[in-house]
Amino acid sequence: MSETVESVSALIIQKLLANPKVPRDIDGNCKIMDDLAFDSLAVMNFVMEVEDDMDVSVPLDKLADIRTINDLAACVVDLKNKG
Amino acid sequence: MTSLFSKFDGTAGALGSLVEAGGRNPFSVVIEKPVSSTVGIIEGRETLLFGTNNYLGLSQSPRAIKAAQDAAAACGVGTTGSRIANGTQSLHRQLERRIADYFGRRDAMVFSTGYQANLGMISTLAGKDDYLILDADSHASIYDGSRLSPAQVIRFRHNDADDLYKRLKRLDGTPGAKLIVVEGIYSMTGNVPPIAEMVAVKRETGAYLLVDEAHSFGVMGERGLGIAEQAGVEADVDFIVGTFSKSLGTVGGYCVSDHPELELVRLNCRPYMFTASLPPEVIAATMAALEDMAEHPELRTQLKDNAARLHAGFHGLGLNASKQVSPVIAVTLEEIGQAIMMWNRLLDLGVYVNLSLPPATPDSRPLLRCSVMATHTAEQIDKAIAIFKQAALDAKALPEAA
Ligand SMILES: Cc1ncc(COP(=O)(O)O)c(C=O)c1O
Repeated sequence: MSETVESVSALIIQKLLANPKVPRDIDGNCKIMDDLAFDSLAVMNFVMEVEDDMDVSVPLDKLADIRTINDLAACVVDLKNKG
Repeated sequence: MTSLFSKFDGTAGALGSLVEAGGRNPFSVVIEKPVSSTVGIIEGRETLLFGTNNYLGLSQSPRAIKAAQDAAAACGVGTTGSRIANGTQSLHRQLERRIADYFGRRDAMVFSTGYQANLGMISTLAGKDDYLILDADSHASIYDGSRLSPAQVIRFRHNDADDLYKRLKRLDGTPGAKLIVVEGIYSMTGNVPPIAEMVAVKRETGAYLLVDEAHSFGVMGERGLGIAEQAGVEADVDFIVGTFSKSLGTVGGYCVSDHPELELVRLNCRPYMFTASLPPEVIAATMAALEDMAEHPELRTQLKDNAARLHAGFHGLGLNASKQVSPVIAVTLEEIGQAIMMWNRLLDLGVYVNLSLPPATPDSRPLLRCSVMATHTAEQIDKAIAIFKQAALDAKALPEAA
């Protein structure tokens, strides 16, 4: 149980790249909605997959503050450390 | 200077291409005159209504119309105030008693709309340290209620009791109550949840359960009480929320419960307190429609038969229609352009249905959402199926017949 923001961010990027519609040159600073053209529903559904991999639930109010891939990774790590 | 309205640029563009693609704005259809519960005049033509949620046809109930006329004559046309101030007349109390008795529950709260019933109950029940556990495909009113609540909000996969369990288990040991929210029939797709499995999860995890029976009331269960009645799990449902605006054909929302604290919810529930109560004629019409529904269980049988007929017809054409048979039948299309074209062709040919576009749909594909009524005739349903076939061919949503 020693996930870091870097390792979670890498995992998220790997998951995103599995989707052929996602641009190939993404990094942790990419904004999920603006840069990847996800709508709000697509973001929520994608986060659910990350939740499964990381065995954590991200409350929706936390999701509202997340802009970038690194934000999401930091949020997941934070929730894991609390849990 | 930033325009206040620049945030709508995306909407403006999308609407523009929508109208350009199909020739009509699908969000500004006008029913010029309702002819009956199943036929309305649209663009000057008689059009079959297959998208009104008016499952039992009671919006045109003679008994409800008469009750509304009498109530308006006796009590006036509005209450001009909140339920907790000057907005409660005897009629409001009577309706609450009738709804509670109909469900066999201790008490009922009546709200001005079903939207407000969800907004009010969800935001008031779930407090700061509590958790709201919502099905991912929940109606907007459920999501909005969760935004008005200070609770932590967690989504589980649509209709997936295992995922619900997993997410509740993750919360083991956290203080705060947990409230699960599900719908009896999902409004966009007609999907029905595995409610008995969800009740088992609720029991094992000590959570509370709220079921929104908006589309299942009047439709499912022997007495039309909804999915909880049909599945025999009423005792495990803490709160049932519903609306008068579908099966009962009027407007308004409610919550029934056996928890005596409902009386206290009234005094903490902003969408209940800070809005005017329903006008007398609506209350009276709703009570009359409830009597119609109770006295005519055959309406429900007819509705089931009609739903099965349309469902079979769509599948017979090879359309990608809902799997389960319910009065909400959605036809899923692959492309937005195709959906717009088909929806417009349907209206040209005389059938009105709802066009649902992503992100308002569950999986980013567009839907043509149909709702069936007890009052549709077999001929009307067959005609609708034939028109669907033509519209699907015109929109290239079905392969050309050989
Ligand atoms: C599942 C669900 N809940 C609540 C509502 C809100 O009901 P109303 O239209 O009466 O406000 C609707 C319909 O709009 C709905 O589909």
